[in-house]
Amino acid sequence: MRNVGIIMRRELASYFATPLAYIYILIFLVLANVFTFYFGGFYEAGQADLGAFFRFVPFLFLFLIPAVAMKLWAEERKSGSIELLMTQPLTLWDAVLGKFLAAWIFTGIALALTFPLWITVNYLGKPDNGAIVAAYLGSLLLAGGFLAIGSCTSAITRNQVVAFIVGVVACFALVLAGFPPVLDVFRSWAPGALVDAVASLSLLTHFQSIQKGVIDLRDLLYFAMLIGLFLYATAITLELRKAD
Amino acid sequence: MIKTEHLTKRYADFTAVDDVSFEVKPGEVLGFLGPNGAGKTTTMRMLAGFIAPSAGRASVGGFDVESQPLQAKGVIGYLPEGAPLYGEMSVRGFLGFIADLRGLTGERRATRLAHVIDHLQLHGVLEQTIDTLSKGFRRRVGLAQAIVHDPPVLILDEPTDGLDPNQKQEVRRLIEDMARDKIIVISTHILEEVEAVCTRAIIIARGRIVADDTPAALAARSRYHNAVSVQLVDAGQLQAARAALGALGEVASVEVSEREARLTALPRAGHMILPAISELADRQGLKLKELHLESGRLDEVFRSITA
Repeated sequence: MRNVGIIMRRELASYFATPLAYIYILIFLVLANVFTFYFGGFYEAGQADLGAFFRFVPFLFLFLIPAVAMKLWAEERKSGSIELLMTQPLTLWDAVLGKFLAAWIFTGIALALTFPLWITVNYLGKPDNGAIVAAYLGSLLLAGGFLAIGSCTSAITRNQVVAFIVGVVACFALVLAGFPPVLDVFRSWAPGALVDAVASLSLLTHFQSIQKGVIDLRDLLYFAMLIGLFLYATAITLELRKAD
Repeated sequence: MIKTEHLTKRYADFTAVDDVSFEVKPGEVLGFLGPNGAGKTTTMRMLAGFIAPSAGRASVGGFDVESQPLQAKGVIGYLPEGAPLYGEMSVRGFLGFIADLRGLTGERRATRLAHVIDHLQLHGVLEQTIDTLSKGFRRRVGLAQAIVHDPPVLILDEPTDGLDPNQKQEVRRLIEDMARDKIIVISTHILEEVEAVCTRAIIIARGRIVADDTPAALAARSRYHNAVSVQLVDAGQLQAARAALGALGEVASVEVSEREARLTALPRAGHMILPAISELADRQGLKLKELHLESGRLDEVFRSITA
């Protein structure tokens, strides 16, 4: 556990060692506000809630999270520093977890910086703050899921661009699985159970159910398993390919 | 102590390290020699616990690298090939990070860090980003991270590769400094380095050990061992001198370098030809600029057994 903390702190510090982290957060905040106010119809809706923001979070994350995750392992392998890291007295799991947590905290910071939106709705009206907290939690879990997938795709290759593209595609597939038009395609021919199975695989389905303010154990479990599964896949991938 | 038994690493289409067994004891500086692609780096990576052997076993400090990886890594200081580092970190931040991973805390952490910074003369660059450092400094940082926990075993993969002659000298001096009480394994393809710092040399080719001896004993395998090299003042005497040397019974053959006006007489096995040649030079009135006895050429031995 001590090693996880050491790795995590180093990673976090390295995010902020270059202007990249600040640019990234800036882009995230600009896009979040553009989506909320222009496309989300924040004012037009006439409701004091953050639905306009959270509706777009999955699509915002779809591109921005793989961008955070792409360097996790691809860069270590490209520069060879993975050899330095893995010959220190730590387990592969320490490193996988430490790096993942650092990236998760980083996206958490970006997400937390959208707080002016929250203040705005509270200024304009009386929103259901419980639901907003739940939606933030859901967004954080969604980010965790995407990051775990991105961590895995980053471990596959030494090329960050490849890691990014494969990460976006993988995340997109998991989001799409819960998108109504896609489910409709299944619904036209597949039995109801299969449609439900596909829908239950989707990040979107679980995210939306938390976003509504209902924190169901099944949704939490889904994200925990998704993250666990992809981090495990990351560790296996690294074990096989770290020296290539 | 380092011990390998039948250590083997196979990849899908070739065997990088093939049945390598050796032991290294404290106080020994082992030079790992071989052409590029011979399996030096693969062997070192297995010792350092970066890749797993396909067969056989290796232990470092009594810990098996596969079943007790954390303990084994704990007693090793390792400098990977090319000394990869985290470029965006400052030297101070990076060494602190490694010290943390090595489990150093409190007073000991501070004294060890101060020691390696002092030892490798990193004072001037502590706050600099590693990416901005020269190659020599980067290598020093790499060495500093390898010794920060004062490990009994040092494994250095091509520690002087890509450095200029002064920097090479400096790294060799550091290795010599540490050699007394540690086990040091270095890989290199610079043969003078082996003669300069190693007490023992293992030559590997195509994944197998082809020689394991002291550098001096290896050099003695050379056909130049006990050869006598003569440089003449007057190049005009070259042909006469050559004929005279070739006529000596103990001389097997004579090599001529016209550009340097130099003759090298190779002895028949087991003969000392120096006295005979020096006497001959007197008798024939050869004017000598230089006369010396060769101890053998490691590069020639290297070529003959790895080719």
